[in-house]
Amino acid sequence: MKNLSFSLALIFLVCACNSSDKKTDKNSLAVNYVNQNFSEGKEIYNDFCAQCHMPNGKGMPKVIPPLAKSDFLIKNRLESIKAIKYGLSGEITVNGELYNSVMAAQGLSNKEIADVMNYISNNWGNINTVLATEKEVQNIER
Amino acid sequence: MRAQKSTYFLLLLFVFSACAQDKNPINKNNSYEVVVEDLTNPWGFVFLPDNSMLITEKEGKLIHYKNKIKNEIKNLPEIYVRGQGGLLDINIHPNYKKNGWIYFSYASPKGEEKGGNTAIMRAKIKNNALSEKELLYKATPNTTKGQHFGSRIVFDKEGYLYFSIGERGNRDENPQDLTRDGGKIYRLNDDGSIPNDNPFVDSKGAKKAIWSYGHRNPQGMELHPDTQEIWTHEHGPKGGDEINIIRKGKNYGWPVITYGKNYSGTSITDETKKEGMEEPLHYWDPSIAPSGMSFISSNKYGDWKGSLLVGSLKFSYLDRCDLKDGKVIKEERLLDGIGRVRSIEQGPDGYIYVGVENLGIVKLIRH
Repeated sequence: MKNLSFSLALIFLVCACNSSDKKTDKNSLAVNYVNQNFSEGKEIYNDFCAQCHMPNGKGMPKVIPPLAKSDFLIKNRLESIKAIKYGLSGEITVNGELYNSVMAAQGLSNKEIADVMNYISNNWGNINTVLATEKEVQNIER
Repeated sequence: MRAQKSTYFLLLLFVFSACAQDKNPINKNNSYEVVVEDLTNPWGFVFLPDNSMLITEKEGKLIHYKNKIKNEIKNLPEIYVRGQGGLLDINIHPNYKKNGWIYFSYASPKGEEKGGNTAIMRAKIKNNALSEKELLYKATPNTTKGQHFGSRIVFDKEGYLYFSIGERGNRDENPQDLTRDGGKIYRLNDDGSIPNDNPFVDSKGAKKAIWSYGHRNPQGMELHPDTQEIWTHEHGPKGGDEINIIRKGKNYGWPVITYGKNYSGTSITDETKKEGMEEPLHYWDPSIAPSGMSFISSNKYGDWKGSLLVGSLKFSYLDRCDLKDGKVIKEERLLDGIGRVRSIEQGPDGYIYVGVENLGIVKLIRH
């Protein structure tokens, strides 16, 4: 615990030192999370996802499952990333409702998948402080 | 009490989803027979003279379907499968029997910039592979945006080749600028050269292949069987899908005039008409997300002859539009709930064939 406080303090210090040239320490999860506005993920979402999942993340009744306050998204990190990366078909249950549609893979890069995963899991009331990374996405196999 | 509550909730849900639908009545006196099974996204298909079919799968597969067997055609160009892009429409030369040319559209990564843009290629098929490939058109610049590749290909009676390219998610720069690709209908000779009488051949800096402009994302295009005019439909913004008749050099107004709104609900413009811009022959509000287009010109469907058929991706039906004096006077839902309708063709036998996502190609039967 002491260690953590110490490293956090250090991170803030590093951050403060660099603030003049507006650099943030991207390797640090904590700082990254606090400073994140998920704008890159938001752009990907609006471009590739919003038409079906809707700008408010609520999906469409019976056809497109919601992302907003979605138990599937929150509880199934691996399956969610896999779905974005490779597509998803067959029955899934989200917030007690059964869906049986097909989502095609959108051809996103690993970085874009991490960005959009972080956006959807930190928007519309969702919270996920352990951010997905390009490397994590890269290592997920079909 | 609990059951009552959930009944109430279901009812509410039903009412809510009913509101989002359009009001076109359902016609139940029709059904279908699956002709080609197990397709994911049959973006386009065409019948060959031997009654076999060429089918495009968006993910980048070209299928030759003959005697109930699917053969994959190899040696395709590099295809940029991202967002709405992939292997798209397909058609054959009017003189295919003699020259063997097939034409297809696809998202291509060719070029300097990252990303892709719509390309038109012609080729011949030898031993289940493409040969004599000729790239006829490649829109520039590439972009990593996922939207609006257009893609439909038709020939008119004089043998000119027309195709659509959507505005690639850049509505503020592309559709109204003749020096840029995207948001246009194009016209070429069958070998890819530019016809001398194209409308903008003498305009400085203009893309000379442009035939009309101010489009958003046309994914249906067909020659009217009687008038020989080119009819298109296009995905508009929310509440602004359109049918247009395409005329030489005309501006179809996107994004200056539209009946639609942004998907977020905010306004794009209040204007639906403006001098020098064409208004749609018909528009859909709510949007049906139209894809695929065909006229019924055969005698196989009784008094449906002369109807325009449009696929609805969003509401999963085949929209039959009754036309009178070149206007849509009535619409009804055929094959209601069948799935996302992507492509429509009238076969050489006069029957209507419909490509449906995650189902296949089906034949429309009227009872």
